Amino acid sequence: MPKTIFMISIKNVRKAFGEKKVLNGLDLEIPRGETLVIMGRSGCGKSVLLKIIAGLLPVDTGQVWVDGTEITKLKRKPLNEIRRKIGMLFQSAALFDSMTVAENIAFMLDQHTDLSQQEVRKIVDEKLKLVDLQGVQELRPAQLSGGMRKRVGLARALAFNPEIILYDEPTTGLDPVTCTEINELMRDLNQKLEVTSVVVTHDMHSAFSVGTLMVMLYEGKQIAYGTPDDLINEDNPVLQQFILFGAPDQILNIDNPTLKQFTGRNTE
Amino acid sequence: MHNPSPESAPSNGLAFLMKNRVYHALSEIGDAFRLLAETIFQIFRPPLQFDLLMKQLLFIGFNSLSVVLVSGFFTGMVLGIQGYVQLKPYAVEGSVAQFVSISVVKELGPMITAFVLSGRIGASITAELSTMKVTEQIDALEVMGTNPVKYLVVPRFLACSIMLPILTIFSTFAGIFGGYVAVVSLFSFNGDFYILQVQKHLYVGSVLISLIKATSFGMAIAAVGCYKGFSISTAGGAEGVGTATTGSAVISLVTILVLDFVLNHILFNILGLK
Repeated sequence: MPKTIFMISIKNVRKAFGEKKVLNGLDLEIPRGETLVIMGRSGCGKSVLLKIIAGLLPVDTGQVWVDGTEITKLKRKPLNEIRRKIGMLFQSAALFDSMTVAENIAFMLDQHTDLSQQEVRKIVDEKLKLVDLQGVQELRPAQLSGGMRKRVGLARALAFNPEIILYDEPTTGLDPVTCTEINELMRDLNQKLEVTSVVVTHDMHSAFSVGTLMVMLYEGKQIAYGTPDDLINEDNPVLQQFILFGAPDQILNIDNPTLKQFTGRNTE
Repeated sequence: MHNPSPESAPSNGLAFLMKNRVYHALSEIGDAFRLLAETIFQIFRPPLQFDLLMKQLLFIGFNSLSVVLVSGFFTGMVLGIQGYVQLKPYAVEGSVAQFVSISVVKELGPMITAFVLSGRIGASITAELSTMKVTEQIDALEVMGTNPVKYLVVPRFLACSIMLPILTIFSTFAGIFGGYVAVVSLFSFNGDFYILQVQKHLYVGSVLISLIKATSFGMAIAAVGCYKGFSISTAGGAEGVGTATTGSAVISLVTILVLDFVLNHILFNILGLK
């Protein structure tokens, strides 16, 4: 099958929980090799969208295409084939408490391959090295710090060499130094591994640090989409207000009248 | 516009509330049976992960054996004392061994074992699975292409169904022994006569009934425990885990009692077993 330009395509997706409409006819396309940051206020459907892409939540209507396959109607077995192309870093890292770090990273390899113990161990060591962690193989998740848990979660997500990495609030709950380290790690990995990444965050430092593309969700639809520069220059009050309250200073100093209106820097 | 009378408004509210409750309960029962059906389907779908099953068998068997033995022993002692005291006025206290053994084998052995395991293992299954749900570990399993029902529910369901009859055998022997200790030590009952009476009235059919009941109770405990663990919302947090765990223990107990009635009716009334 020829490879499509877009690794992920979301077409007119609607999702509601009871009376609450979370996604309201969302369209979104993510080109191969790009890192798309999804921004939006809490409860606007960012994490729901990520879970829909991973096939964890069904859509009410609409289509989701992952690497040229429409996944919303797939049965478990073909869906699992698609999922093997996906690695996901959960907000809480979601490490299995009952297993060691090495067992967590090896889980997918143990479940879906016939690799020997030595080969698995070699891959585990490689992935840990990739996320700058070593010597923690035999520790339990409870013995790790927040940043280390995220790194192990990322190493586990990378274990099966995914083509897509989904990050759900990767820097939430971390101190600023660890946040910066995780941002750098994500940026390095995305470049080194040439994967397509989708990052859900409302941490503007993280968004501008890792994103090559950005989308802003509002009331279940996208209200802005483009490169970080495009979004900064976008004349949309909701977007600019969002950027204003979290973006780094160097971004707030740029010459955008709407942004200046919010920052009070419109001195002309 | 029609205004409801002051009297009708609360009763309408109550009717609405009850309708909602009934709808919610029926929907939960439906979901629980769907999970049970999926579990049975996954049992017969290879591969069966024996390492996971062994871990659960050891966990359930090893952790519960002592408490099951103690519970069975004291239940047998109580039955021995009650039986002897109640039968003596009619001068048939010699049947106390028959009374203890039939009660323990057909009813109290499986029942006491199931009660102990529902509080101990059923609640523990719910606590473990609901914590995994809240911390997104079950979502992580799904994303990694592993079926959570096959990986988490099947080993627990099989282990409960296998271990409950085995523990029931231990509990039954402990009960009969408890009755022996009680009547021999407290009422100077003839120990050899007690053993002879037990042997005379212990039929293969009775043991079979006991094992059928125990297996059914084991399946019920695992099914309720796993369903309550899976049905918690991800946003439930620690409070949700606590509520699910308590709910699991209560529902297990009620399910065991209802199931016991149904099995008694089928086995003794319809099939005419003795």
